[in-house]
Amino acid sequence: MAVEKRVVFRSRWLPWLLLAPQGVVIAVFFFWPAGQALLQSLQQSDAFGGSVSWVGLDNFRALWSDPVYLASFKTTVIFSVLVVVLGMSLSLLLAVFADRVVRGSSLYKTLLIWPYAVPPAIAGVLWLFMFSPSVGIVSYWLHALGIPWNSLLDSTDAMALIVIAAVWQQISYNFLFFLAGLASIPKSLIEAAAIDGARPWRRFWTIQLPLLSPTVFFLISINAVYAFLETFPIVDAATQGGPGTSTSIMVYKLVYDFKALDLNNSAAQSVVLMLILVAVTIVQFKYVENKVHY
Amino acid sequence: MVERSPKLDFLAHVILILGVVVIAFPLYVAIVASTHTAAEIFQSPMPMLPGPHLVQNYREALLGTGNAMGSNAPVARMMFVSLVMALTIAIGKIVISLLSAFAVVYFRFPFRMLCFWAIFVTLMLPVEVRVGPTYHVVASLGLINTFAGMTIPLIASATATFLFRQFFLTVPEELVEAARMDGAGPMRFFWDILVPLSSTSIAALFVIQFIYGWTQYLWPLIATTSDNMYPIVIGIRYMMAGGESLTPWNLVMATAMLAMIPPALVVILMQKWFVKGLVDTEK
Repeated sequence: MAVEKRVVFRSRWLPWLLLAPQGVVIAVFFFWPAGQALLQSLQQSDAFGGSVSWVGLDNFRALWSDPVYLASFKTTVIFSVLVVVLGMSLSLLLAVFADRVVRGSSLYKTLLIWPYAVPPAIAGVLWLFMFSPSVGIVSYWLHALGIPWNSLLDSTDAMALIVIAAVWQQISYNFLFFLAGLASIPKSLIEAAAIDGARPWRRFWTIQLPLLSPTVFFLISINAVYAFLETFPIVDAATQGGPGTSTSIMVYKLVYDFKALDLNNSAAQSVVLMLILVAVTIVQFKYVENKVHY
Repeated sequence: MVERSPKLDFLAHVILILGVVVIAFPLYVAIVASTHTAAEIFQSPMPMLPGPHLVQNYREALLGTGNAMGSNAPVARMMFVSLVMALTIAIGKIVISLLSAFAVVYFRFPFRMLCFWAIFVTLMLPVEVRVGPTYHVVASLGLINTFAGMTIPLIASATATFLFRQFFLTVPEELVEAARMDGAGPMRFFWDILVPLSSTSIAALFVIQFIYGWTQYLWPLIATTSDNMYPIVIGIRYMMAGGESLTPWNLVMATAMLAMIPPALVVILMQKWFVKGLVDTEK
């Protein structure tokens, strides 16, 4: 694939015209707000926007010494690790078996990827409904088994609820990528190993999994970003950050504080999230560049 | 795979079927719940087989009721809002990205690479992290509670531009040379050759962006205040605002079904392009 085109068109003004729509949109709706967020995080204004004063990194210092913020940081990390690990291992399991099966594989594929179309908010609503302590069918079964499930009062239960909803939502996406990754492993490698006497289990660990590592790494960063940001609707629908603030992940807290008109604080929170995201993107890019392409 | 192993094959099917059941279970519960009355659902355990109130529930949801403590807005209107959002975002993004990618790949001009990197940077920061200031910009443009305000900020990211650029770089040079020899100008080349060649990518991107637009939650939550501009994913949230025991779960589940059907249709009907496009885009 060429990095540059050899044959190009000559025109002074046409490229600018073509770029204009996207340029205007991202200037007004991306760079301007992003810059504003940076600026506001370094300032302090009173609640009615009367006076603005420069406070440097004070807002950030305030965040680090705020136990509620630190708690939400910890909650987010726990939540993300659970979502990434569970989401990826379950979908890998399904993908490996779907890759193996000859009959019905396209049916399984269709039946396993449709949740991609489910909006995260709906996933939150569905799992809330099933696990709701009073009307949920699953919580009825749990109670019948003697498990005192109550996601409205118990923070572990609430965390379990949002993890389950988030993992359920992401399985199809991960499954698709793992399936594609497995399909791109040359059959000759597998056959050679089988001829040498390697059983399927051994083949998985020594050949398939290592060759899947670019996919694994890619999915880790996608799932991490998903868990950090795109699970807001799940939390909002299923637990509203509760009980108390025990499932208040960082993005949820950010929006909550923004709605409470705490401008500079939420701007500082935005900047922290931005930095985390940029770090994740940079790490992912560096890794992809170092990997050999087959 | 390579050797015959009926035990392993059996295990494979068992696990896969288990997976399908677990994945489909919430959907089944939603379908069943949307066919009963609220009272029947509140009696624990709720019935596990569909009931007779399907038409009634869906009609009530679509047209709006006056009974619940939460939102009573008609779901039909919300579906319309979601549809407009999804289509606007998908089509808008595809159009501006085709133009930008074409400019960056097929022309030489000063600051070209700078423009490319500026567009690329937008991939790194999804709307969730710039929610606050974007709200202020949209508010100061007077676009709160408008379709423009809900959709344009979401068009501001470069996923599609990046994909099209990658694709354009693989288009053979001979095609451009031939076009130029025939006296075609750049826009002619764009319309008659480049766009038709890109149709698979366009289709795949359409599916992905349609789903993206349909499922958007955080931004519409901030950018709208009146319930006739709520997309369906927000509307359903407000239907539960009355608290667990006052929520009309049968209507909520009917609404959930209505919220899932259009994107599911798009995914299933365009599955081939979608799978190909998803895997190719990200790699």
